[in-house]
Amino acid sequence: MGVKLLLEKAHVEGIRTYEVYRREGGYRAAEKALKTMSPDDVVEEVKKSGLRGRGGAGFPTGLKWSFLAKPEGIPRHLVCNADESEPGTFKDRYLMEYIPHLLIEGLIISSYALGSNNTYIYIRGEYAWIVDILEQAIQEAKNNGWLGKNILSTGFDCEIYVQRGAGAYICGEETALLESLEGKRGNPRIKPPFPAVQGLWNRPTVVNNVETLSAVVPIINITGEEYAKIGVGRSTGTKLISACGNINKPGVYEIDMTISVEEFIYSDEWCGGIKNGKRLKACIPGGSSVPILPANLLLKTAKGETRYMNYESLNDGGFVSGSMMGSGGFIVLDEDQCIVKHTATLAHFYRHESCGQCSPCREGTSWMDKIFQRLESGKGKMSDIDLLWHIQFNIDGNTICPLGDAAAWPVAAAIRHFRDEFEWHITHAEEAQKRNYGLAHYADPLPIVQ
Amino acid sequence: MAEEIKQEAPKKFKVTIDNISIEVPPGTTILNAARMIGGDIVPPTMCYYTPLKESGGKCRTCLVEVSKGSDKDPRPMPKLVASCRTTVMDGMEVKNITSERALHARQGVVEFLLINHPLDCPICDQAGECDLQDLSYGHGEEGSRLDFPKRTFTKHDLGPYIQLHMTRCIMCYRCVFAADQLTEKREHGVLDRGYHSEIATYIEKALTNDFIGNVIDVCPVGALTDKTFRFKNRVWFTRPEDAHRDCDKCCGKVTLWKRGDEVLRVTARKDQWNEVQTYEDGTVGWICNECRFEKKNTSDWIIEGPTKVSRHSVKSVNHYINMLKPKETIPEVMGRNPKLLLDIHSVSEVNDPSIHLSKINGPATSKTFNKLIENKE
Ligand SMILES: Cc1cc2nc3c(=O)[nH]c(=O)nc-3n(C[C@H](O)[C@H](O)[C@H](O)COP(=O)(O)O)c2cc1C
Ligand code: SF4
Ligand code: SF4
Ligand code: FES
Repeated sequence: MGVKLLLEKAHVEGIRTYEVYRREGGYRAAEKALKTMSPDDVVEEVKKSGLRGRGGAGFPTGLKWSFLAKPEGIPRHLVCNADESEPGTFKDRYLMEYIPHLLIEGLIISSYALGSNNTYIYIRGEYAWIVDILEQAIQEAKNNGWLGKNILSTGFDCEIYVQRGAGAYICGEETALLESLEGKRGNPRIKPPFPAVQGLWNRPTVVNNVETLSAVVPIINITGEEYAKIGVGRSTGTKLISACGNINKPGVYEIDMTISVEEFIYSDEWCGGIKNGKRLKACIPGGSSVPILPANLLLKTAKGETRYMNYESLNDGGFVSGSMMGSGGFIVLDEDQCIVKHTATLAHFYRHESCGQCSPCREGTSWMDKIFQRLESGKGKMSDIDLLWHIQFNIDGNTICPLGDAAAWPVAAAIRHFRDEFEWHITHAEEAQKRNYGLAHYADPLPIVQ
Repeated sequence: MAEEIKQEAPKKFKVTIDNISIEVPPGTTILNAARMIGGDIVPPTMCYYTPLKESGGKCRTCLVEVSKGSDKDPRPMPKLVASCRTTVMDGMEVKNITSERALHARQGVVEFLLINHPLDCPICDQAGECDLQDLSYGHGEEGSRLDFPKRTFTKHDLGPYIQLHMTRCIMCYRCVFAADQLTEKREHGVLDRGYHSEIATYIEKALTNDFIGNVIDVCPVGALTDKTFRFKNRVWFTRPEDAHRDCDKCCGKVTLWKRGDEVLRVTARKDQWNEVQTYEDGTVGWICNECRFEKKNTSDWIIEGPTKVSRHSVKSVNHYINMLKPKETIPEVMGRNPKLLLDIHSVSEVNDPSIHLSKINGPATSKTFNKLIENKE
């Protein structure tokens, strides 16, 4: 059993309520931070912990906090990104639903560290019932003196507000989120200026993921140094993984980033193996935006080394033979899954979610979607594969926000690793309507190709 | 530390674009530095518009490669950057036309902008002064790789002054910024998202604000055109003249587009970048609806003289006077039938409803002509 820092108490009866959460040691970190530490001490502690953003990019949180501009007389804001809309990612939902006070406590400490008197949670519109849970938790925290004016007589004031989005994936991109929070159309901003200098209402702002901010609680409790000892290398602490797809035990797991991918998939403690005794074909290890990997490259790196569930190991080989930790949405595909159809679904998603501001993303995503629909309907042409490759290449890196890249990468990875499946789809159009390609030779986990 | 940097900071930053160096004030964008240098190294722009705050960054045609960040931090920037929204650093080195990457990306952007464009230049009032025509001619590929029906929209009526052709829109947002910044209350905007986003008023509404006519001037394509000029003439047959009148609403300085003595169209004056002029005192030459739409008599205006047109040669004064009609037909010269852009005067396929727009060959590009020259040699 690995270390648990976030979900350890998540299943204690009644942990959603303030009383139980407090009895189980809740708000101790907030007390410690506000009473015995200066805001800079807290930032220092988070820096020491090596905590990296859990929203997808993995940017070191302490460093991000230290970039926050602090001009005299201008308020600063902390914004919690709870827009979680990436297909395959549902860890924040779990955390907020089961142990909401952990997030609230994390927000109080982080607001204190950053000097944010008005802190916002921007939550995905579809998570309507969680809004109630969070508002209840905020109210309880307030009733018990953890929010409001002059908290714990420290002179620090803080309010937390929950704002619901309207169901747009793009509003999870931090600057689109800020626009939406300001009541505008959720278009990502052109950077620079970065939110740390000009964020919400042009004030210095930090945007962090739910899990990132919750992790601040154990960091303060056990100290940054201890937190950094968990895990390996620059992948410190624990990470929530939302596992789904063709596995026996889908769900949200807290791992300490030292376990191998193979163990994570096959061990009964985690995913419990592939469902119905099937074989593993492929996996998207970090949410729909990251490259898909065939089984052989998932379990072992191109160099033949074991691949582990952490930032560095999943990224080993770059995009040629690796992938990314991303937001921790672990999507497993068994031998019956069709890669073309799967990628088509993703292409459709990104077309639907593009905000339409920049030409490569607006036009490119829809074009790719149309080509995928054609492939799926059995009318594909061999030239479509190269065309898809060119389109994704022309989008990648040339857009305002990373949604363009996120739309390009899955297509690139699918063609890179499963080209023969695409070709088969075109040459065997009729058959492809009835059955799927099955395991590609190189996607077979046994034996490993050199 | 911060103070130290402030003291040491030079008054001017040196930036090198395609091996040409220039010193510019801090805060200048790469694009504006390039425009100061001028010539071929200026990146093309479709969404940036100097007088409109916050414009730029969207179309991605102005992408350039930064091969050296600055003297202090010489690392190259990993991604191509939008030159219109990236400010220069001291010692920065930029590659535009010397960067394969930038040119390739630009070609991709042009393709993206054109795949759903109707290519209906022969019946478009903007033809001849269209930024997208220039862009595709200069940077595009011949033909189209899109073999799907093009995007269409339900038609919206914007009232008596402004004609909207949504199919031609490239979503540059200029008209939105213009309405935001020139009128008290913006009444149109971008509806919907992504592929389906469109310029509209939500509830069918006429755009009648005194300054709303300026959206016609800022629109880089033929998506927003002047209804009072609609189908009256081709711009290259009209003669631009600078003129002014005493107007209590605007600067009253305009360009009249005339044929003979008839004033066919009135626009704001534009500079060499096809943007509405900023005058020496810093005011921008936006004009009011009255000057634009209601004053169509020569007697309404005090004529200053012919407008100097340099960039868009097709419009230059007297360009078409005393020209001899070539003896050779286009097929004789080209070795094939004319493409859309050249096909303006013949009965074009565009007017034939039985032919789907996507089936018509795209406009001819520089490549077409280069090939031709090569073939001749
Ligand atoms: C299209 C898009 C969607 C995103 N959605 C989310 C999201 O739902 N939740 C989230 O935490 N971060 C999301 N991000 C990442 C955020 O922009 C930002 O990097 C993150 O909130 C920073 O928090 P962190 O440093 O704690 O990871 C998204 C990014 C993009 C480009
Ligand atoms: S990349 Fe896509 S989602 Fe992001 S700003 Fe551009 S059009 Fe919008
Ligand atoms: S209508 Fe014209 S100005 Fe407005 S967004 Fe479209 S192309 Fe740009
Ligand atoms: S002109 Fe720079 S992105 Fe459009």
